[in-house]
Amino acid sequence: MAATRGAPSRGSHTDRPHRARGEPARAPAPEAAHDVELLREMLLVRRFEERCVELYSAAAIRGFVHLYIGEEAVAVGVHQALTERDAVVSTYREHGHALARGVPAEAVMAEMYGRVTGCSHGRGGSMHLFDAGRRLYGGNAIVGGGLPLAAGLALADRLRGEERVTCCFFGDGAFAEGEFHETANLAALWGLPVLFVCENNLYAMGTALAREHAQTDLAMRAASYGMAAWSVDGMDVHAVEKAARGAVASIRAGNGPHFLEARTYRFRAHSMYDPDRYRPRDEIEEWKRRDPVATLTERLRTAGLLDASALEKLEREVAEQIDAAVHAAEQAPEEPVESLLRHVTGRDEEAPS
Amino acid sequence: MNTRGKATTGRPEDASLSYREALREALREALATDERVFLMGEDVGRYGGCFGVSLGLLEEFGPDRVRDTPLSESAFVGAGIGAALAGMRPIVEIMTVNFSLLALDQILNNAATLRHMSGGQLGVPLVIRMTTGAGRQLAAQHSHSLEGWYAHIPGVRVLTPATLDDARHLLAPALADPDPVLIFEHGSLYNATGVLDRGVREVDLDHAVVRREGTDVTVVAYGGSLAKALDAAEELAGEGIDAEVVDLRTLRPLDDATILGSVRRTHRAVVVDEGWRSGSLSAEISARITEQAFFDLDAPVERVCAAEVPIPYARHLEQAALPQPAGIVAAAHRAVD
Repeated sequence: MAATRGAPSRGSHTDRPHRARGEPARAPAPEAAHDVELLREMLLVRRFEERCVELYSAAAIRGFVHLYIGEEAVAVGVHQALTERDAVVSTYREHGHALARGVPAEAVMAEMYGRVTGCSHGRGGSMHLFDAGRRLYGGNAIVGGGLPLAAGLALADRLRGEERVTCCFFGDGAFAEGEFHETANLAALWGLPVLFVCENNLYAMGTALAREHAQTDLAMRAASYGMAAWSVDGMDVHAVEKAARGAVASIRAGNGPHFLEARTYRFRAHSMYDPDRYRPRDEIEEWKRRDPVATLTERLRTAGLLDASALEKLEREVAEQIDAAVHAAEQAPEEPVESLLRHVTGRDEEAPS
Repeated sequence: MNTRGKATTGRPEDASLSYREALREALREALATDERVFLMGEDVGRYGGCFGVSLGLLEEFGPDRVRDTPLSESAFVGAGIGAALAGMRPIVEIMTVNFSLLALDQILNNAATLRHMSGGQLGVPLVIRMTTGAGRQLAAQHSHSLEGWYAHIPGVRVLTPATLDDARHLLAPALADPDPVLIFEHGSLYNATGVLDRGVREVDLDHAVVRREGTDVTVVAYGGSLAKALDAAEELAGEGIDAEVVDLRTLRPLDDATILGSVRRTHRAVVVDEGWRSGSLSAEISARITEQAFFDLDAPVERVCAAEVPIPYARHLEQAALPQPAGIVAAAHRAVD
């Protein structure tokens, strides 16, 4: 089954339709600005998390911290297809999802610090990032726990006649949970507008895909529920964007749930506690050669769309954004311990609409 | 839209109805008065509800609002949570509390927790109804009383309607609650019949109720055990012991004031709980009485619980495993004598 790894099983989404890889550079087109934005968003996630590593080592942030480094193209690519009216359900490896969703880096970093200015007011931490205004519904640390929520969010949209899509991110580990299969069945049965995005990074914590799944062709299994399903190169942001746009357009057209498997890889361990003894070093190095940030940078450079000084400027702007976020988090107040029992029931708070 | 009382049923207001019909009227009223409300669960539609509660509602409100689900407790309870997050008011029916364990992750890790983890940004105004309790020879996997476990969880409200009036009028305030509400309907009550109290229009979810006043001993009960406690009180009255019976109605949050107020008057307490004794709700209530009214007590707190055994099928064994009026009477005697 290892042969299926890394290579799309169905449909080849290696590049955008309007510019094949290696094609000579043309005059800067509108998509050039778009591509630079894609790079900026991926860089933000990458540099944000690299700073998290430093802050964790310095004990400024604690808890379980699951890094997304290497997988940035998935969150950023998928979000190109979503609007602010859509909903997103995420997992515990969600810094990238939150940042791509538009949650300010300040709010995410303050949450890592457990400050009241955090996007979950310090009650959630790294694994539970929420933003009701941006329709980001977690941040779920139970593998597969967010999947049924996505079906329900989509059901509400369906019952009210809203043309919205709910995008649910989860990993290959969650694919083994009953909740994936229950939810896929329910969503397909009821024709719910859900985009299931399985971030297949080949490991469920420390267990390799072939050691957790009898059948490793996840798209094929998802398709068995009667929904359209594709695999896509999750290291290629253009491929992810194209596939997500196609899927979301089809969902909006009323074609029910769609499944997208993004074949990706995390360059770091499962969490900061993980000694990462289960992966061959050469496998890690091989995937790092497909680094989605470096790949897009190189593509832009080769096409003459991003020179060294422009890249440096981009890096500087991202670094300043993260510096400001860290500074703001460090200055932010902690919630008074007298408020410990807040947010347990809504009786004392404004009722949700 | 006025859908209360006989306007919806064509039934004279003083005619008797069953607990099942009282629940159905509550559901009908909720569906008729709020477009955000929908009912979802196994066999709630075409079958008419596993216990007949939702019979006829599919024809009245259509398949979008009375929605049959696959046997996927985790998915459809979680979908109810998601729909509630999006502003709907779902009522989810789970066949029995035993099956609710398949959705326990969704109830505990999501429904009860999302408000807190999101720093108050998200609420889950969801109602989950399920059957609980034994007495119908359905054996262990259909007969347990786990509502006390759910009462352990911050972030949810746990209701146990024991009377027709509660069955009829508890749902509307439950739907108005901004948080998840779990309603436990004891399976032995569905066929109980009576006449609704026309004076009751809405149930207070924050307070227990004194169902029978008395001066000698407080019997605390709820749900399917309330009738047994009242029967025991009648028997005790024949022996000259005047028992007060408190119906908890809401297991979380517990109404300490009503329980303790009664115990301070009678100085003796018997707690009846169909859950197992070890780690049960009765243990919590006993502890609270001891913590807060120790010096008012004239006797140790007594408990009448299910035997520490999975509920058996054979009728004589099942009945022996459950709290019975005779056991409540005996416990009251121990407290009073």
